[in-house]
Amino acid sequence: MIAVYLLLALSVLGIAFFAFTGHHKDIGKLNTRINAVSLGITIWLATTVFQHGTILSGGKAFLIDSFNVYLIVLTAFVGFTTSLFSAPYMAHEIELGKLTEGRLKLYYSMYQGFMLAMYLVLTTNNMGIMWVAMEGATLATVLLVSLYRTPESIEAAWKYFILCGVGIAQALFGTILLYYAASQIGDPENALLWTVLYEHAAQLNPKILDIAFVFLLIGYGTKIGLVPLHNWLPDAHSEGPTPMSAVLSGLLLNDALYAVVRNKMLVDGATQSHIAGYLMMGFGLVSFLVAALFLHRQKDIKRLFSYSSIEHMGLMTFAFGMGGSLATFAALLHMTVHSLVKSAIFVTVGHTAQIAGTQKMAKIRGLIKTQPKVGWGLLIGTVAIAGFPPFGVFTSEFLVLLATMHNYPWLTPLLLLGIGIAFAGLFRHIQPIVYGEKPEGQSAIKANLIPVMVHLGLALWLGLAIPSFLSDWFSQATLLISGSAL
Amino acid sequence: MNIETQDFYTQAILSMSALVGLMSFLMLGQGRLPRLILVFAMQGMLLTLTAILAGYELNSPHLYISALLTFALKVVFIPSMLQKQVFAMNIHRDVEALKNNTAVMLSGASLMVFSYYVLQPIIHTSSMIMLNALVVSLSVVLLGLLLMISHRQAVAHVVGFMSIENGLFFAAMVATDGMPMVVELGVAFDVLVAAVLFGIFFFHIRTSIDSLDVDMMNKLHEVER
Repeated sequence: MIAVYLLLALSVLGIAFFAFTGHHKDIGKLNTRINAVSLGITIWLATTVFQHGTILSGGKAFLIDSFNVYLIVLTAFVGFTTSLFSAPYMAHEIELGKLTEGRLKLYYSMYQGFMLAMYLVLTTNNMGIMWVAMEGATLATVLLVSLYRTPESIEAAWKYFILCGVGIAQALFGTILLYYAASQIGDPENALLWTVLYEHAAQLNPKILDIAFVFLLIGYGTKIGLVPLHNWLPDAHSEGPTPMSAVLSGLLLNDALYAVVRNKMLVDGATQSHIAGYLMMGFGLVSFLVAALFLHRQKDIKRLFSYSSIEHMGLMTFAFGMGGSLATFAALLHMTVHSLVKSAIFVTVGHTAQIAGTQKMAKIRGLIKTQPKVGWGLLIGTVAIAGFPPFGVFTSEFLVLLATMHNYPWLTPLLLLGIGIAFAGLFRHIQPIVYGEKPEGQSAIKANLIPVMVHLGLALWLGLAIPSFLSDWFSQATLLISGSAL
Repeated sequence: MNIETQDFYTQAILSMSALVGLMSFLMLGQGRLPRLILVFAMQGMLLTLTAILAGYELNSPHLYISALLTFALKVVFIPSMLQKQVFAMNIHRDVEALKNNTAVMLSGASLMVFSYYVLQPIIHTSSMIMLNALVVSLSVVLLGLLLMISHRQAVAHVVGFMSIENGLFFAAMVATDGMPMVVELGVAFDVLVAAVLFGIFFFHIRTSIDSLDVDMMNKLHEVER
């Protein structure tokens, strides 16, 4: 249990240290080290959970079970590798004169603030605190979206702030309704604890829970980027610094989905109907299809991949909504591989934009000729995210398709169509970027591609053979979420 | 059910709900920013009074702390910060011409009816206070959204945002006797940070587009041109 406290305390220290000490030459390296230690702590935590099962802290404030522990490790891992990339990237931005040292301090302080909020969302046992931490994640990142202070970035940050703030207020209303239902069965002080709620799920008033779930889905769904609540997402991803896009796509969206799934588990237990699942399937499928179509109409490379994130989040929401052990297993796997691949892509996209000096895809050409490593990284990343074998995204999408064919065969053509459209949308833009003729004056930059290789390597590994400890883990989580073993 | 036959507490809370809802309608039709902020502060004051009343009646002292937090944040800090911004930018004399004021008011009224419709299923499980409090709070949330849609000034958007928080707080307080203290403190902290960030944003927006009219922020599109 001490690991959780250490993890949270470390991030708090990080925030305070970056905010209150003077400018450091090695500020980026320091951030990397903090994240490395966090990763170590989470692995320690994971092994403990693996050996002893679910942990509940003394004051019942924190709950670590097989579902959230792997997300905690994933969060720490992506946080660490992104910080590896962010150190040279931000140093380069300073050299270009896009940032001042004061803003760099803000950036690193809020990087830790964001990590703290993410860890708190995942570890807390109290769904009220989960809401507070989710809102905290918005507050921590909103100033980072506008870090460059261009009119576009300020517009993006304002949209992000207002839309996510208003959206998540709906989730608070849902939480209040749930609390209202839960406090009727006694013990109001503990009525918001997940452990207590799950225990008494069958006693909760199903009518209130149905209404509450609609609000919770809309609220956290805004953060997942479900269509039609997704407007903030491409803007925030494209205008902020690239490392931020990587962690937003790789972590924030996952954790918001985690919140929805936790609530779905509860509502399923109480209502014994599939209404929550149908809602998630509907929202998920619409997001998946609409985002796939929007891929074709993008001109900015970061916007392109943020629509791809919406598409994949839609697919995961759909799979979790479908329920059942196979779909849930596939969704968990997809969450992992999507995080890995998407953050790797954003890292290469960051380098690409620095090489070309622009994010406009029409002006980026001949990447392989300029800097082969970055070009290949982008190409392989795109291949992976489009769902080609042998990468892990293929495996998970295939499993989702299998589950769909089994449960709702008439939806399979829609899924296949969406995957096809998304594939075309990505490649019509990426192919000329990678292979085209190199424009005048484009030269290689200093790039750190280790995070990319590690992420893509892991995604490849997960596509070829899922290691047994990981599949055990997913099975345990599947059992927890769907109630049936694979 | 006749309201005169209810006890004093029920009557008082029901009147408070009505007043809180009324404030949202007043904000909706308000084109002048200083008055808009004043109405917002009055809504905060009503919430403070409700918290004190509920704390006294239900004998739960932690609602007094909520009352104090609400008073400090929603009556003093946020309105005065917004007021200062409005005067600093010299837009306190501007009257925003609200398009389709009648339509906005009518849709506001329909939203309130809609809230009753949404919460209809729980009518059997709750007392009159709780049902009405939940309905008023939901309609304050929806009216806050409508306020943001119908106004163009960034300050009005922040008022809408914060009045949504007011609506949620009202539900938490009356229907459920206050959320657990740690959650309530967390929410108050978020609201405080959000208010400070809004202040920073006003400055940024003004330096970048030289106005606080959010319609002028139109550079980013879903499908790029």
